[in-house]
Amino acid sequence: MREVAIIGIGQTPVREHWPISLRHLALEASLNALHDANIERVDAVYVGNMMSGEITGQEHLGALLADSLGQTGAEALKVEAACASGSAAFRVGMMAVASGMNDLVLVTGVEKMTDTSGRETTAALAMAADAEYEVAQGVSFVSLNALLMRRYMYEYGWERKDFANFVVTAHSNGMNNPNAMFHMKVTPEQYARCATIADPVGLLDASPVCDGAAAVILAPAEYARTLSPAPIRVRGSGIATAPVAVHDRKDPLALEAARLSAKRAYDMAKVKPQDISFFELHDAFTIMSALSLEASGFAERGQGVRLALDGEITLQGRLPIATMGGLKSRGHPVGATGMYQIVETVLQLRGLAGKNQLPNARLGMVQNIGGSGATIITTILEAMS
Amino acid sequence: MEGKVAHDWRLRGQRYRLEGEECPHCKAKIFPPRDICPECKRPAKEPYRLSGRGEVYTFSTLNSAPEGFENYTPYTVALVKLEEGPMITAQLTDVAPEDVRIGMPVEMVTRKLRAQGDEGTIIYGYKFRPTGLGHAH
Ligand SMILES: [Zn+2]
Repeated sequence: MREVAIIGIGQTPVREHWPISLRHLALEASLNALHDANIERVDAVYVGNMMSGEITGQEHLGALLADSLGQTGAEALKVEAACASGSAAFRVGMMAVASGMNDLVLVTGVEKMTDTSGRETTAALAMAADAEYEVAQGVSFVSLNALLMRRYMYEYGWERKDFANFVVTAHSNGMNNPNAMFHMKVTPEQYARCATIADPVGLLDASPVCDGAAAVILAPAEYARTLSPAPIRVRGSGIATAPVAVHDRKDPLALEAARLSAKRAYDMAKVKPQDISFFELHDAFTIMSALSLEASGFAERGQGVRLALDGEITLQGRLPIATMGGLKSRGHPVGATGMYQIVETVLQLRGLAGKNQLPNARLGMVQNIGGSGATIITTILEAMS
Repeated sequence: MEGKVAHDWRLRGQRYRLEGEECPHCKAKIFPPRDICPECKRPAKEPYRLSGRGEVYTFSTLNSAPEGFENYTPYTVALVKLEEGPMITAQLTDVAPEDVRIGMPVEMVTRKLRAQGDEGTIIYGYKFRPTGLGHAH
């Protein structure tokens, strides 16, 4: 198996992009990545996306993007794994290069969520859950997270206010990311007072509906230095699954797929949790941040919230998370999110994260969660010295 | 697809009678039916009807509902731990949201889940209510 490197990155701002179509969002991020890598053609295009069929009435995004890029004829596929579609496409691209089947690969995550009403988008998002035995009962994606958050608070004695720093930190970091959806500070008081969507989940526990696209170019690490002045090595990659329905999981608070995917990524990279400099986790909901920190080995069970309370997750803390705003503030264009996380991790490792630059960013970890935890993908990246 | 006539007809045994399965190898009770035992991973197709008794594992009251349920807010959904072992996602009924507690004993009843489509086809299914209400009324 060949080592794989990232030699180019691109992104669009995360917004409600009324004037820009799905196709053009994907095109813009992809062209930015090709330009950054200083190449014109690739062997293959992998597109991460969840909801284009439901929202835009457009599937077959692989061929669509290859054609839009003027690369008709290239191998091209759409990869879907709910909110983990971005990292899933990255994983497929990485395997294509690692196996020797392809040399230069474009991976683009894209999601257009604002072409439908809020209710229709909510229903489309719920397709990540079990249609017959969760959605048919009237649960929304938000309420699945609410079910987990309530049980977590009950078992470990936390109150909702204890989650505030996940939100405060993400919004503080997003202030310095020009591509973030929100540029607004949030105080613990604002978090405490926000409207309830599905108790105990409030508006500020959840990430926003938005549009965006982000992309990378992958190449064999052995040639990466000849192609890029600052290549980033893929040190570890792990993907794992759990039952789609929360009720089918033996231990709903354990996020077993996160534990397994992180272990697989650590094993491949030959590193431990304490070697990780920063963690771009999947803060779609505050409860997911806590469960992800625990399952990935950064906190004991039931103690993920403690890292937020103690300020360990800020840019100055022991384990910075959501360094460019995370899903909370940068936004969560679902199928693009995993690729934004990877692009932002590359910015940190290249030393180009601006005011949010971490002083000693050596190993960056990304975790992208599909559904309420059924597909989880963990990636560990490192600057090639 | 969810909401299509054939689809709803196919699920009638589960929605009205909690028809699941029992594993012939390890005797685990299974709901919904999946034909492979989630405990021992061996084939498990023996029909088994669950009692419908259980307790609330966790719950949430929705102020904002997905498409098709917008006329019913606020309503409370729960994970119910059935006494035979499986967990099930369902709405709670006949109880005010503020009175719901984790650990509360509940039992299955058949209720309207929603009306759907232009013809207003009514979908019925299981919900859960606090145990004992049937005797008190
Ligand atoms: Zn069995």
